[in-house]
Amino acid sequence: MSTPSANGRELTFAEAIREALAEEMRRDPRVFILGEDVAEAGTPFKVLSGLVDEFGKERVIDTPISEAGITGLSVGAAMTGLRPVVDIMFGDFITLTMDQMVNQAAKVHYMSGGKLKVPMVMRTTLGATRRSAAQHSQSLHAWFSHIPGLKVAVPSTPYDAKGLLKTAIRDDNPVAFFEDKMMYKLKGPVPAEEYTILFGVADFKRTGTDITIVATSSMVHVALGAARTLEEIGISAEVVDPRTTFPLDKQTLIESAKKTSRVIVVDEGYERYGVTAEIASVIADGAFYYLDAPVQRMGARDVPVPFSPPLEDATVPTEKAVFEMAKTLCGRA
Amino acid sequence: MTQTPLSAIPLAGQAEMDVELWLHMYAQMVKIREFEEKVNELYTQAIMPGLAHLSIGQEAVAVGVCEALRRDDYITSTHRGHGHCLAKGASVDRMFAELLGKEAGYCRGKGGSMHIADQDTGNLGANAIVGGSAGIATGAAFSAKRRGTGQVAACFFGEGALGQGVLYETMNLAQLWKLPVIYVCENNLYNEYTHYTETTAGDLKARAAAFGIHTEEVDGQDVRAIYAAMRHVVEQARRSEGPAFLLCHTYRYRGHHVGDINRVYYRSKEEEQEWMTTRDPITRLADWVLGQGLTDRAVLERIHADVKDLIDSAVQFAMDAPYPDVSEVDQHVYA
Repeated sequence: MSTPSANGRELTFAEAIREALAEEMRRDPRVFILGEDVAEAGTPFKVLSGLVDEFGKERVIDTPISEAGITGLSVGAAMTGLRPVVDIMFGDFITLTMDQMVNQAAKVHYMSGGKLKVPMVMRTTLGATRRSAAQHSQSLHAWFSHIPGLKVAVPSTPYDAKGLLKTAIRDDNPVAFFEDKMMYKLKGPVPAEEYTILFGVADFKRTGTDITIVATSSMVHVALGAARTLEEIGISAEVVDPRTTFPLDKQTLIESAKKTSRVIVVDEGYERYGVTAEIASVIADGAFYYLDAPVQRMGARDVPVPFSPPLEDATVPTEKAVFEMAKTLCGRA
Repeated sequence: MTQTPLSAIPLAGQAEMDVELWLHMYAQMVKIREFEEKVNELYTQAIMPGLAHLSIGQEAVAVGVCEALRRDDYITSTHRGHGHCLAKGASVDRMFAELLGKEAGYCRGKGGSMHIADQDTGNLGANAIVGGSAGIATGAAFSAKRRGTGQVAACFFGEGALGQGVLYETMNLAQLWKLPVIYVCENNLYNEYTHYTETTAGDLKARAAAFGIHTEEVDGQDVRAIYAAMRHVVEQARRSEGPAFLLCHTYRYRGHHVGDINRVYYRSKEEEQEWMTTRDPITRLADWVLGQGLTDRAVLERIHADVKDLIDSAVQFAMDAPYPDVSEVDQHVYA
């Protein structure tokens, strides 16, 4: 896929999300948004500000605080000809939608022998360090990645966010779209012309030869920061962003691992039974004879996210920790 | 909340003019009962795998509700859903094929007894999560309203679903946005093996009424009463007057599932006998049409004989049908 040039045009992550939604809503009258405080309020993060002015309250719909109900309604609307984009304010609240996503949305197509489809998107957030404590800080994208029938996008840049969200809206399957709330103000190049990004295509955020750092969502920026420091001591790190945890671009991850022989996987979900475990396993299987060391995993610490800033900061992988891990793997400790 | 007394609701044309309609409903109820009896037989002979939840005794609700719907109206159903699917227009041969896990089934054998879906008759699927389809039905109603199709959605659930929160979340949305959805509560008295009074506080209808939803309470063993009430609330819904809650008092003659044989620890044989002998929906409609002089017993007997033939050939079709190729296991995970 050719990448259009941004010609110096920059958007924030939030603006890129908003632009993707606006473009898709102009293109397809079946697309609509529903969620808590999505209309005039534009969500607490102001991601959707202004959309209600263009599309009206019929297509940008404020709902009661009923995550299960609005997700369930989205499933039924998607099965019968509409394309809902349901906004779940904090990723922690997906727990309330689980039956609708896991037992309903994910299974309708299969259980009906391929007759019914559920073209819906759930937009929600992930990410800690916002001092929001244990119920507003988790990164639960692994939960949905576990379920056959769902697709999961974890964009790391404004460019990827826009292209992946447009693809999610056009997909005929239920897609969970996770946005790191700490990235909404992050700026990056976004071309004005139309583009989409295919699911299941990893992106090289940086090329290198000594070590591969596979990173998702905001952890891509942690990995890039670590890579710059590693460069200063003569270690060339490659940063690969899967962009979707399902479908997963196994081939690209394996090829990078074969090239560098050393791999760290960084993701902000809990380390235990998490995204890092799945990706490490894929790489260990696919590049076993090329690896000089076991694949290392770095996820969120396996504790409920604490409120106190120094405690919270200790739960998330940092540039320094990734740098140290890479140095060790490269025999430079 | 406005309550329209049922006596004030005109039954479409009444008696003679509708004899064909009553006979059709009679045939549909007989079809469901014979289908379920055959399911029981296939299951106990270990021909049918899995689980079987029979709706024998509850036929009038399925038929009375679905006869008031258009073919393109939506329904969602439950684990005890064979009757709903048949009443909405599913054919017995593909139903049996699905129950036996055959490729010719409505879901290519992938759904089975508890997940029959048939978009050609507006059936968005039976659901094995109690209350699990409330969102789907309400969403379908939202979609119908948005697309301006005039369709309505009927959401079947048992009284056990009154314990599930998502039902109340979606009822709130439906009334708030005046969605054309009819919540059909089949109160067969038992949440599996527990009488509903042990699990359900307060008044059943008051739960929907609290949202300002129009409610109707009907004798679930009287297909004519259900049909009349359903006609009324469907017309309201089509006029964008919003959702309704239809509470139907009914009874399942058999166990929670086929294996639930010894039931005396949760209900008496006398209670079962009383419902079967004094309130049976099929007998009741037969008595009425005969009493009105609309038909004679030979016509009803012919219906029974025709249904039996239909069921027998459908079972044969399903038994002869091939299983899906094992390669299908990976198909239809994603659209």
